[in-house]
Amino acid sequence: MLSRVAERIYWLGRYLERTENTARLLTVYSNLLLDLPRGTRVGWHTLVEITGSLQDFSDKFKETDERSVNRFLLSDQNNPSSIISSLSCARENARTTREIIPTEAWEQINNLYLFTRDNMGKATARGPRHQLLQDIIAHCQQIAGLLAGAMSHNSGYNFLRIARSLERADMTTRIVDVGSFTLVPSLTRGAEFQEQNAKPFANMIWMSVLHSLSAYQMYRQHVLDRVNGEDVVTFLLQDTQFPRAVMHSLVKLQSCLQHLPNNEASLAQVSATLQYLHDANIPELLQGGLLEYIDELQVEIASIHARITATWFLPVVSEQQQSA
Amino acid sequence: MRIDWKSYNPGAFYDELISSPGHARKSGKILARYLSSLKSEDLQQRKTAAELAIKAMGISFTVYSEAGNIDREWPFDIIPRIITEKQWQKTSQGLEQRLRALNCFIDDVYNDQKILKDKVVPAELIAKSGNFRKECLGMKPKHGVWAHVCGTDLIRDTNGQFYVLEDNLRVPSGVSYMLENRKVTKRVFPELFENYNILPITEYTSQLFDTLAAISPRPADYPEVVVLTPGIYNSAYFEHSFLAQRMGAELVEGGDLVVEDDCVYMRTINGLSRVDVIYRRIDDMFLDPEVFHPESVLGVKGLMRAWLKGNVALANAPGAGVADDKVIYTYVPAMIKYYLGEEPLLENVPSYLCVDEKQCKYVLENLDKLVVKPANESGGYGMLMGPQASKKERAEFARRIKANPRNYMAQPLISLSTAPVLGERGAEPRHIDLRPFILQAKDSYVTPGGLTRVAMVKGSYVVNSSQGGGSKDTWIVSEEER
Repeated sequence: MLSRVAERIYWLGRYLERTENTARLLTVYSNLLLDLPRGTRVGWHTLVEITGSLQDFSDKFKETDERSVNRFLLSDQNNPSSIISSLSCARENARTTREIIPTEAWEQINNLYLFTRDNMGKATARGPRHQLLQDIIAHCQQIAGLLAGAMSHNSGYNFLRIARSLERADMTTRIVDVGSFTLVPSLTRGAEFQEQNAKPFANMIWMSVLHSLSAYQMYRQHVLDRVNGEDVVTFLLQDTQFPRAVMHSLVKLQSCLQHLPNNEASLAQVSATLQYLHDANIPELLQGGLLEYIDELQVEIASIHARITATWFLPVVSEQQQSA
Repeated sequence: MRIDWKSYNPGAFYDELISSPGHARKSGKILARYLSSLKSEDLQQRKTAAELAIKAMGISFTVYSEAGNIDREWPFDIIPRIITEKQWQKTSQGLEQRLRALNCFIDDVYNDQKILKDKVVPAELIAKSGNFRKECLGMKPKHGVWAHVCGTDLIRDTNGQFYVLEDNLRVPSGVSYMLENRKVTKRVFPELFENYNILPITEYTSQLFDTLAAISPRPADYPEVVVLTPGIYNSAYFEHSFLAQRMGAELVEGGDLVVEDDCVYMRTINGLSRVDVIYRRIDDMFLDPEVFHPESVLGVKGLMRAWLKGNVALANAPGAGVADDKVIYTYVPAMIKYYLGEEPLLENVPSYLCVDEKQCKYVLENLDKLVVKPANESGGYGMLMGPQASKKERAEFARRIKANPRNYMAQPLISLSTAPVLGERGAEPRHIDLRPFILQAKDSYVTPGGLTRVAMVKGSYVVNSSQGGGSKDTWIVSEEER
């Protein structure tokens, strides 16, 4: 497989996963905020924080309200992390790897892009927006299923899965980050105020964190105790069986890497990250240091990406060409 | 939008479906009857279905000028064009014969130059040809074949006879649209396929792969064949990707390839991997910055060295364009006699060479009746349509011809045949041409039919997709009804 093609397939995988994750986030927050009283710290700005685009957002919008945030994350073509931008990039990468991915998969990705582009203008009210987001999520899963069922599980497919796992791990750390920031008083300034304000809703908010990762049901089956911060963070970071848990994603990624040539450096980095994850003492971190820990974990995840890029995507420049 | 053939009038032109108002040709009777039986909303629904299919399948082509929206959906008319198998057989043989002679000619030009020495083709024509590559002199590609893929444009006059308008021997495109058109028609009119015996065309991509594999310099069961594209911004990128996918070949860009020790390699996730055959879809001048345009970033440094050493095969071979020149074109019938000792099965459109003083005088005196073409352009650029041009445009062309007579030839305006196109008010006649594709390596292959291009504007003769042309599915049908 060509290095250039591998890279495009990798980004196709990341953008598809990002599309689905963003659609999930918007859905869950729309539902959650209906239940919370005004003035709670969890608000629409939280979503902008999760996607790491605070600066882009405040450059363009004055108010952090439902309308602006939804527009920003769904249909703003100038926001590189909006759903439509992710889809447009996914489509472009699919279009340039058409000879590798199954034809139906390209048609589906193309359709999803056209569908979203044509319908996003109408999705300002909650009802149509909810429907649109549900359709996008269903469509993303259909594409994932189609790729799993119609594409040979070759190097190309491995790059897709690697990309998906990495994007998932990254998104999960962001969501845990925001959940902890909001709800764990000891981690933030103005702790007392915060505690009083948020406590009655803590359960609901942790539940929404789980929902945003489609993890609620699986969590209930796995953790028998009522929903609480410690168990939720442990589950989302360290569970080995839940597909969107960081640990599970990285283990999956590790097994995909094993099928690729020249994988030593990338595997070493994944092992180091897994070790770091394994060693985390969540109850202790919740008393202090969780935010720093997650920052460090995100740096680790970024290093995996950097290793993969250096090994398989960067061109092997021959001496003759260098001299040219 | 119902179709009533009684009000369909092709006038003086040869219409391929309707011979006179209300009367379909024999081979088209079923189609014509079927179409006129459809209700307005039925027709509209088929048209919409075709548009949706094209959108969903992502069949597109790229237009340079439209910034922002570079990818345009392929314009397609749902009414298929019918040619009988009997008519086609002779045409098909003529196309094969033509390409054999053209390849003999190219091989001769770069080696012994017998045809020039025998003064069948004037030597100065070659010396002044913009497509002659002196770098290729002495090269002997496998099977003596230089142009492995050829797209020849055919037109039909008022009697329905086929004429060759031009041969495209450099990087002819359109074959993917031919294949996709058939797929769309199958989705839109599946019931018609039960009433007609239509020759299938799907074989093309495997034939193309076999042709390319046959020129591999290394004897191997599975030679590494790649398609070299200039990239996503090229107008034919869709086709490059399509062909690579159907052949199971890698689609590469210049940056993916590297030449070491005069062999070509591609950069893969496993490291460098040897390439045997390159189906290149970039022009000669961009192939290798070491030999041609030094600033080209589309090509590969050292590619010509590798090719000249015989370590990699290029299709079409560099320099093959020397025969794809509208002045050389006029000598093809002579080449067929010279190299093959055969009579040409297909006729050229009568042509006047400006390089010949007498003929040039005629051209200059009759600019208002002629179509003037530059020798080396393709895609319909740089042409003068005499009868439609303004006085000023004709004067400008006269000046250009006098300045560089070698670069121009002229043909009478041949009345292109028409076929019905579904418009807002039912079916209307539009002018069409046909581009079949011919392959040659060890063996030859001609597509049954080809890509029918349609001038979508009433009365227009310009069929190029880069200039707003459309297309139709083309059926070669055997006369016995199923």
